Amino acid sequence: MEISTTKQFDLHRRMVRIRLFEEAAGRLAEANRLPGFLHLYVGEEAVASGVCGALNDDDHITSTHRGHGHLVAKGGDFNRMMAELMGKATGYCKGKGGSMHISDTSLGMLGANGIVGAGSPIAVGAAFANRYRGRGQVAVAFFGDGSTNIGAFHEAANMACALHLPIVFACENNEYGEFTPRHKTMAITDIVDRAAGYGMPGVIVDGMDVIAVHEAAVEAVERARQGGGPSLIEAKTYRYYNHHGIQNLGLKYRPDEEVATWKQRDPIFTFEDRMIENGVATREKVDEIWAELRQDIETAIQFADDSPYPTPDQIMVDVYTKSSTTIGTKS
Amino acid sequence: MSDERKLSYGQAFNEAVSQMMEADPDVFCAGEDIGAFGGVFGTFLGLQAKFGEHRVVDTPISEQAIVGLGVGASVTGLRPIVDLMFMDFICVALDQIVNQAAKLKYMFGGEASLPMTITTAGGGGLSAAAQHSQSLEALLCHMPGLKVVMPSNPYDMKGLMISCIKDNNPTVMIKHKRLLGMSAVVPTEAYEIPLGKGNILRPGTDVTIVAYARMANEALIAAAELAKEGIECEIIDPRTLQPLDTDLIVDSAQRTNRVVVVHEAVRFGGLGGEIASQIQELAFDYLDAPVTRIGAPFSPVPFSPALEQHYIPDAKTILAGVREIMQRNVIRG
Ligand SMILES: Cc1ncc(C[n+]2csc(CCOP(=O)(O)OP(=O)(O)O)c2C)c(N)n1
Ligand SMILES: [Mg+2]
Repeated sequence: MEISTTKQFDLHRRMVRIRLFEEAAGRLAEANRLPGFLHLYVGEEAVASGVCGALNDDDHITSTHRGHGHLVAKGGDFNRMMAELMGKATGYCKGKGGSMHISDTSLGMLGANGIVGAGSPIAVGAAFANRYRGRGQVAVAFFGDGSTNIGAFHEAANMACALHLPIVFACENNEYGEFTPRHKTMAITDIVDRAAGYGMPGVIVDGMDVIAVHEAAVEAVERARQGGGPSLIEAKTYRYYNHHGIQNLGLKYRPDEEVATWKQRDPIFTFEDRMIENGVATREKVDEIWAELRQDIETAIQFADDSPYPTPDQIMVDVYTKSSTTIGTKS
Repeated sequence: MSDERKLSYGQAFNEAVSQMMEADPDVFCAGEDIGAFGGVFGTFLGLQAKFGEHRVVDTPISEQAIVGLGVGASVTGLRPIVDLMFMDFICVALDQIVNQAAKLKYMFGGEASLPMTITTAGGGGLSAAAQHSQSLEALLCHMPGLKVVMPSNPYDMKGLMISCIKDNNPTVMIKHKRLLGMSAVVPTEAYEIPLGKGNILRPGTDVTIVAYARMANEALIAAAELAKEGIECEIIDPRTLQPLDTDLIVDSAQRTNRVVVVHEAVRFGGLGGEIASQIQELAFDYLDAPVTRIGAPFSPVPFSPALEQHYIPDAKTILAGVREIMQRNVIRG
C-alpha cells in the first residue's frame, strides 16, 4: 500500500499531538493541577493515529478510560480538552465528565468510558445506525486487551458479526490490565484469536508502527464501508506510564527493562527516522512540527487556566434532554 | 497496650479478611488486582503472600463471572469473598447479584445457602466522575435475600466484615473510598458486630440524625458545632442497611421528636425515603416536624470539584438541615 507524503505527515502530526497533550497532562497532574484519575496514552500513539487516519470526519469511534489519544486522533481541540481535564466550564463536557468521559459527538467521538468494555456495544449501535441511514459511515471500537475478558465485548463482537455491521474492533494490546499482566487473566496470547469465534477476520499488527496500523485500518475500514462486515485489528503496543498517573519506572508489577525495550521502538521517533531516511521529511521540518504543536499546548493550558469553573447551578443542567417535539421531522 | 492499637479503615478490612481466612480454609478471595497488587485501594495487601494464589485469586476483568464465581462456589460449600473494585461496577454484575445470589435459596425452597460476601468501594469526593463515585446501596437494599453493610469507621469495619464473612447469606460490604485512611483503635482479636444492629454514635436529646458511612462522620462534625448552639443531636449509625435496625431509629425518634436522615446517594428513591417512611409509620404521634431527608441532587455525580463539592452533602448541609428542622413545630390541637 502506497502511503502518500501528505498522509505520512498527517499520521505523524496526530501522534505528536497525542504525545504532547499527554505529556502536558502528566506534568499538570504531577503538579496537582488536575483533579481525578488520569490514564495516559503515551506509547500507544500509533494505534489511535493509524486507525483514525483511515476514518472520515463523520465516522464514529468509541473509546476507553484511556481516551485522550482517541479524541486527539479524531481531531479533538486541545483547548477544550485541557479545560475539561481541569474541570472547567469551557471544557468539552463543561466540567461534568473529566478525563474519563471526554467526548466530542460532533467529531464522532462517542466518549471515553469509565466502564471497561462498555464502548464496544455502543460502537455496535453506531454501526447499526450508520448502515440504517445508509450514508456509508463506519464505526470503530477501541478497546484494551483486558476488556476482552468482559461479557460486553463478546456480546458486541457477536452481534456485530451476526448483523454483519460496518464496524472495526481495534484492540490496544498493551499486555496489562491495570496492574495485572495479561497472561494471568487469559489463556491465549493473541487477542486476535477471539475474532474467529465470531466469524470475523482478524490481524495482528505492530502497534508501534503507525504505517502498519494504518494499512490494516484502511483495509478493515474499506471492508466495513463496502458491506464486508466487521473485522478485528490487534495492535501490540505498550503504555509507558503507570495504569494511571505518571510514574513509569519502579513499578512492582512490571520490570523497568521492559519499559526500556519498548521505548526503543517508540512509535513517533522511529517513524520520524524512517521519514527522514526515505527523504519524506527533514529533521528541521520535524522539529518545526513539534515546535508548532508545543505552542498549541501552551495556548491550551493558558486557555484552561483562564477559564472559569462551572457554577453550582449547573449541577442540575443536562440531566435530561428537553422532550422531543420533532418526531418525524428529521430528514 | 495492644488494645490501644490503631488501624485504618482499610487495614481493619484487611485484618478481618485475614483472620477469617486463618480461621476457615473455606474462605477465599477473588477479584481484579487483589492478589499480587493487593487491590487498587490496598485493602487486600499482603493476603496473597500469606495465603497463596489459590486462596487470593487475581481474576480477569469480568464482574459478572466474579460474582458468579461467588455464587457457584458458595452454593457448593465454600465461603467466598468476591471483590468488585468500584461500586459502580455492580451494574455489570447485576444479574448474578439480583437474580442469582439474592434469590437462589428462596427459589430452591430453602435447599441452598450462599455464604458469600461481595466487597466493593463506593462514594464520591475524589473527582472520579459519574461512573466511579456512586452510592448505589438503595438498589441492593431493595433486593430480598441480600444483606448490606456500610461501615463509618475502622472499628465497625472489622466487626461488620467478620460478621459478613460468617453470615450464611449473600452479604455486600460497601467500603467508603474517602474513609479508607481513617484511623482508630481496633481490637486485635476477631470480634463481630451483629448484622442489623445500629449504633448510637452520639447520644442527644433534641434531634436524631440517621447517617451512615462517610455521612455519619459529617454528622458528628455538625453535631459538635450544633452543641455550641445548645442543640444536642443524637446520631444513629444503622451500620447495616439491610436488615435495618428500625427499632433503634424509632426509639430515638420517639425521644427527640425530630429526625434528619442523611446519605450521600441521590435523595430521590434513596434509603432516606424508606427510613422516613418507617418513622412516620411507627412514630408519627411523636414527631414535632416532618422527617428531613438530605441527599445528593437528582443528577449523576459531576466531575469538576467545583460542582462535586456542592453535590455531596457534608457537615454544612447537615447543619442547615438540623437548624431548619429545629424551627418547625407541629401545633398539637
Ligand atoms: C467494568 C470495569 N471493571 C473494572 C474497571 C477498573 N479498570 C479500569 S481500567 C482497567 C484495566 C483495563 O485494561 P485494558 O482493557 O487492557 O486497558 P488498558 O488500561 O491496558 O489500556 C480496569 C480493570 C472498570 N473501569 N470497569
Ligand atoms: Mg491493557
